[in-house]
Amino acid sequence: MAVASQIVTSLLQGNQRAVAKAITHVEDGTSEAEKITALLYPHTGKAQVIGITGSGGVGKSTLIEKLVRELRRGGKTVGVIAVDPTSPFSGGAFLGDRIRMQDLSTDEGVFIRSMATRNNPGGLARATMDTVRILDASGKDIILIETVGAGQSEVDIIKIAPTVVVVLAPGFGDAIQTIKAGIMEIGDIFVINKADRESADKAVINIRAMLQLGTQRGKWIPPIVKTTATTGAGVSELLEKIGEHREYLSKGEASQRQRRIVREELEEAIKRKTAEHILTALQKEGELDNLISKLLSKEIDPMSAAEEALNRILTRSKRR
Amino acid sequence: MTEKKIRILVAKPGLDSHDRGAKVVARALRDAGMEVIYTGLRQTPEQIVETVLQEDVDVLGLSILSGAHMTHFPKIMNLMKQKDLKDVLVFAGGIIPEEDIEPLQKLGIREIFGPGTPTETVIDFVKKNVQKSR
Repeated sequence: MAVASQIVTSLLQGNQRAVAKAITHVEDGTSEAEKITALLYPHTGKAQVIGITGSGGVGKSTLIEKLVRELRRGGKTVGVIAVDPTSPFSGGAFLGDRIRMQDLSTDEGVFIRSMATRNNPGGLARATMDTVRILDASGKDIILIETVGAGQSEVDIIKIAPTVVVVLAPGFGDAIQTIKAGIMEIGDIFVINKADRESADKAVINIRAMLQLGTQRGKWIPPIVKTTATTGAGVSELLEKIGEHREYLSKGEASQRQRRIVREELEEAIKRKTAEHILTALQKEGELDNLISKLLSKEIDPMSAAEEALNRILTRSKRR
Repeated sequence: MTEKKIRILVAKPGLDSHDRGAKVVARALRDAGMEVIYTGLRQTPEQIVETVLQEDVDVLGLSILSGAHMTHFPKIMNLMKQKDLKDVLVFAGGIIPEEDIEPLQKLGIREIFGPGTPTETVIDFVKKNVQKSR
């Protein structure tokens, strides 16, 4: 417990080094990671968590840099988690989101961490939620999460962030693209960045038309904000809308969303724990290899094999 | 579920006007399975060291072409010491004259790679010297 409690004690005091170390632990899934998360869990839930998603190259990082500046002007402390993809070939990653944010790196009220997906699907790293908690417990008021350049179905950000901003750039496609399921459904706020380009208004019209076609979830109508992240134009308006969304959530939907988020997480934790438990038990007995051979010789199918494995472990724990 | 990866910051202090070499090295390290954080051109020593701290990297690779290495590198190594980041492996590359190599190594920069170094040499160096017991 010593390492974990030491790290947690000093990160609760806002020590940047401890925050960085804690994130490495949860990211690497070390033996201390679960202890760290358990110890700081009671200290979480204060920060406002905002997801920023959209395709690669629309300007998410640049927009975040401007958002952070504006938030700092208002006296808020900010944590940024910037996720970039891991190579499916080498397992390596090139994490370049910081390039747009480096002027913020010496500001003590800002903590920026780059993360690789490590092949986690859904547009985020597996340790994103735990990292949010670490930054939250360390006292950051606002946490911004930048997803990988998300195409259409990388929508896991809704499992973590109560407010999701979808960033688009002019010329992303015609009205048909806006009706497709996936990322276009998850925006609480839409941003048309690079609004100094001439087709920006057309993009706004397309999004508005899309929103009017659909049935509303709740009373919130997602606003559309035009920004030019390179100059900062529209950024304060975006922050206003983020504030309005928070207020809207606090009038009722917040607890519902929080419940959904916690439930998702619990389900995920149960799946992981049980799967790990079963696989380790099978491996110890050599039963895993046995089942693999049976699958290869077509004696059994994967679902039945899983059933057999599960039964074996359940009856054994009953006997105990 | 333990999954350790070598995390490395490739940084360019000072006023270099291009970063082709740094990008080649960054790309090679990525292809060798490492997580490479890249911060772009014109970084101050303070920015670099703060990034090392926040990103909790195992390795720092410094690239410099301008000739200002004897100004920037000591500052960086000093700040690293102040922030207790002594266990980070530091190497450098770029245009660095022979006679500066020894004083730089005395500061704690473990290796200095000149122009034309094969990327495999850099990868091998990192893999052999990185402390994965941190």
